Amino acid sequence: MALRTEPFALNIGPAHPSTHGVFRMRATLDGEVIVDLEPVFGYLHRGVEKLAEQRTYTGIIPLTDRLDYLASMSNNMAYCMAVEKLTEIKVPERALYLRVILSELQRIASHLVATGAFLNDCGAFMTPILYMLREREKILDLLEMVSGQRLTYNYMRIGGVSQDVPAEFMPALQKFMAQMPRFIGEYEQLLKENEVLIARSRGVGILSKEMAINSGASGPVLRASGVQWDLRKADPYAIYERFEFDIPTGEMGDSYDRYRVRIEEMRQSLRIIEQAVKQIPDGPVKAEVPHLFHPPRGEVYVHIEAPKGELGFYVVSDNSITPYRFHVRAPSLINLTALREMLIGWKIADAIIIFGSIDICMGEVDR
Amino acid sequence: MTIALSGKEIADKIAEKFPGSIIDSNQSYFVVKSESLLPVAMYLKDTPDYDFKYLNYVTAVDFHDRFEAVYQMTSLERNHSIVMKTTCPRDNPVLPSVVGLWKTADYQEREIYDLMGIRFEGHPNMRRIVLWDGFPGHPLRKDFNGA
Repeated sequence: MALRTEPFALNIGPAHPSTHGVFRMRATLDGEVIVDLEPVFGYLHRGVEKLAEQRTYTGIIPLTDRLDYLASMSNNMAYCMAVEKLTEIKVPERALYLRVILSELQRIASHLVATGAFLNDCGAFMTPILYMLREREKILDLLEMVSGQRLTYNYMRIGGVSQDVPAEFMPALQKFMAQMPRFIGEYEQLLKENEVLIARSRGVGILSKEMAINSGASGPVLRASGVQWDLRKADPYAIYERFEFDIPTGEMGDSYDRYRVRIEEMRQSLRIIEQAVKQIPDGPVKAEVPHLFHPPRGEVYVHIEAPKGELGFYVVSDNSITPYRFHVRAPSLINLTALREMLIGWKIADAIIIFGSIDICMGEVDR
Repeated sequence: MTIALSGKEIADKIAEKFPGSIIDSNQSYFVVKSESLLPVAMYLKDTPDYDFKYLNYVTAVDFHDRFEAVYQMTSLERNHSIVMKTTCPRDNPVLPSVVGLWKTADYQEREIYDLMGIRFEGHPNMRRIVLWDGFPGHPLRKDFNGA
């Protein structure tokens, strides 16, 4: 007599360590295999887009800190660039360099958390993530030095950055830059040919190139599927056209490729910082911008390559001191679009890994 | 550098192909009638010269007298982009869904429905996404009173 199984509904999350926040996957299972899945979110919804309509342009910067709170610098930068484009404010050179240096440091910090948490999900419990948080800590120290904060920096301003970096910042950065390549090498030595990691992530959760493009994936998720698309190269903003760096891509679009792309991107970020530190000029760090100002009527969309993908701000101005409409193109949310297709047919244990390899931040998914 | 194509030029091409479908156009975007949204979107996506296979984002704006939906599309091959808009009346906020063309729109259209109250016809799962079922009203509307 053949054994027959009934479809079975299982809630993964919202309070589950593998969901990286408050995210729920309502899975329908046949035995251990996922036959259907519906992501449920909104537990962290704060209505940022509505809140912004009642705040002055400068007052919105702290709200952007709380979108992807693992990459606040990048969020600050994208938002400030949007308002600068709307109001036609020119940012001083030194501020542009500082922005690039800090947002690349932020990218490394974000990728360290992503990779560490991903390995945690794979079952390499706590050791890799502690190694990675150890290095992230040094980046947080650097960012604290410039902004006084360790997570929500609120450092960049419309027209530049809030203040110049302290004198001890550059030596500390040089020290970090000297150490970091060795640590990335150490991660790779530990993990690259690690049998458990390969067995659990090679060929798991493949996202095809076509599907990645059609579902609007961006950032490492898109690049792991073999699409060479990085806004720093494809649509250079700030001063990225002045730096030499490569765009790492994957071949298969599986969980392992997404992990590899992140490791490679950390190396490329170090390359960018190295060049920026050499080129950075002296000078002012902020253009003269009044606290309250009236951008001209119109609309603007500015996007940057944030650690998790294309982060964009769509701002509509009606010439008042607050935006008429404020919309965030959140990479974490849009990268989840393909989640259902990626998970169907895999077992629950794989689902945790595939989900972890996308790297989302709930602050940005729910907004 | 991603080239932002001229909305006017594309609008002229579309007007040839789909007469009467364009409401307005300027350098940075064009506005299309909601009835023609799907054929125009399909034309832009599948014409090799445009090749808009990637939809960056979908959002909507409440202009008191009408809702406006905004679609930005990019061609990753050709590295150019365009903004397409469409409108719907406030008393009957219905638009065709583009999920069949770009899966990207899935959660974003649901979010617009949830927060702005525009219903997307043809969407396979048109339900609230971040707020709970039974939430009174749509908070991103300008006449929403949250207090």
